[in-house]
Amino acid sequence: MENQILQIIYLIGSITFIIGLKRLSHPDTARRGNLIAAFGMTIAIAGTIFLYRNDNGESFSSSNIILIFVALLIGTILGVLGAKKVKMTAMPQMVSLFNGMGGACAAIISVIEYQHHFAVGEYGYMGTVLAGLLIGSISFSGSMIAFGKLNGNINDKTIPGQSIINLILMAALIGTGAYLTTLQEPNMMLLGVLTVGCLIYGVFFVMPIGGADMPVVISLLNSFTGVAAALGGFIYNNQVMLTGGILVGSAGTILTILMCKAMNRSLLNVIIGSFGGGASGAAAVGNSAMGTIKEISVSDAAVLLSYSKKVMIVPGYGLAVAQAQHACHELETLLEEKGVEVKYAIHPVAGRMPGHMNVLLAEADVPYPKLLEMEDANNEFNSTDAVIVIGANDVVNPAAKKNPQSPIYGMPILEVENAQNVIVMKRGMAAGYAGIENELFYEPKTRMLFGDAKATLQKLISEVKAN
Amino acid sequence: MEQLINFLSSNMGMIYILILSVFLGIEVISHVPSVLHTPLMSGANAIHGVVIIGAIIVMGQAEPDNYLALTLGFLAVILGTLNVVGGFVVTDRMLELFKKKKK
Repeated sequence: MENQILQIIYLIGSITFIIGLKRLSHPDTARRGNLIAAFGMTIAIAGTIFLYRNDNGESFSSSNIILIFVALLIGTILGVLGAKKVKMTAMPQMVSLFNGMGGACAAIISVIEYQHHFAVGEYGYMGTVLAGLLIGSISFSGSMIAFGKLNGNINDKTIPGQSIINLILMAALIGTGAYLTTLQEPNMMLLGVLTVGCLIYGVFFVMPIGGADMPVVISLLNSFTGVAAALGGFIYNNQVMLTGGILVGSAGTILTILMCKAMNRSLLNVIIGSFGGGASGAAAVGNSAMGTIKEISVSDAAVLLSYSKKVMIVPGYGLAVAQAQHACHELETLLEEKGVEVKYAIHPVAGRMPGHMNVLLAEADVPYPKLLEMEDANNEFNSTDAVIVIGANDVVNPAAKKNPQSPIYGMPILEVENAQNVIVMKRGMAAGYAGIENELFYEPKTRMLFGDAKATLQKLISEVKAN
Repeated sequence: MEQLINFLSSNMGMIYILILSVFLGIEVISHVPSVLHTPLMSGANAIHGVVIIGAIIVMGQAEPDNYLALTLGFLAVILGTLNVVGGFVVTDRMLELFKKKKK
């Protein structure tokens, strides 16, 4: 009886996940969608604790239930604190961190299952358990590295021949896993070696991947954890784990592919991890043809903006780093009061996560209709008097259209060079995250405004006020 | 080969769910405006925290003297909870911002 009720709860849980995801894909219903999925998760967890019966009809022992509640409590407190405390700009890291926790959870389950329910000759079952370990631990260490990188604790590092090392390591891990399924008795030693190998692979997997690819990696690791959860569903013959996991696995994969398409890169290319490979050569090609850069003073910029009819703001990661979203919104309202039409052009991969800029600007109360997606924005640049590029680089680099040698060649960009004037706010002349020169900065209509985005915006605001 | 066929046929119901869910996941996400990519990814992130159910089952069934299972299970439940709770709360915080600006 209890098990049947639990099955129904799992069914409801699965439905809430589907509805939740569906609602999350519309701005109006997104918040409720999230709550619906959270509700489904809560009943699935509570149901499992109280209604789960093993094959002999036994429930969990009460001492174990107490331990489960203690663990739930610790996790909840830490989770809520972490999620509430985190700054809006640090959101991508946080998602990556939580994703890693899920991966670790899946990997641990597999370790226990391997030791506990070792079954000789059950290749399918053992394979599922080991695949869960493999994917879960790669997702864990990969997410931790992604977290560290986004947090600025870890820099990009590429070992020569990294992609070949990665492929060999992957083959070795799969081989070890396959060998483990054929054993007659559990070999915890080898399982430990396999786990460590997976953790190292996760590090190698994310380590060389930089900047523009970070959103893709997080999304990919997200779908990895989904698959690991689904494998858990197979292990326990548990439908809610299966549906929840696979939904995320497939949705995450599609999101990953969409992002790859936006950058004109193949998923394989991202996985093997070879960005930056051709970058040095391309930069050298670009340099010779560069002209000179021109700076603009804050007061000149203020005049230019105040007397424009239409201004387009192109935000990038620099905006997030400088926490300049509020200043940016202030400038926008100020210009609007002067009768200037102000809009934002959002590149799909601007920042470190898809939608990163949207979340950031939403925090500063920028109205939703002011945010234009790439295609719409590109249609409007022709009629735009001035573009302000704030801390964005690669997403406005014309090399993506003009220079076939460039590593970002073919990536759709915001065609800001079509506007009358371009003001680029930047901390210095350093190359963007992809490590390539940007010839936009040398264009005759481009003027540079160097300095920290927030400080410069504040100066600009006071100048515009004085005008 | 026989093993594989046995495994597939004994899990046929699950495999159906798997395949249908794959297509459902693709279908559900295909019309998402890019503004919602981050919250969606974060929401999906919370949903795969469903792996915690597995951790609870492991933990609940652990014998009192199996310290490996108890310790690791305890840890797994904490990590799974972090994924679920943190994921949903972060998503809600992001979406709260979207709501506020829509007077």
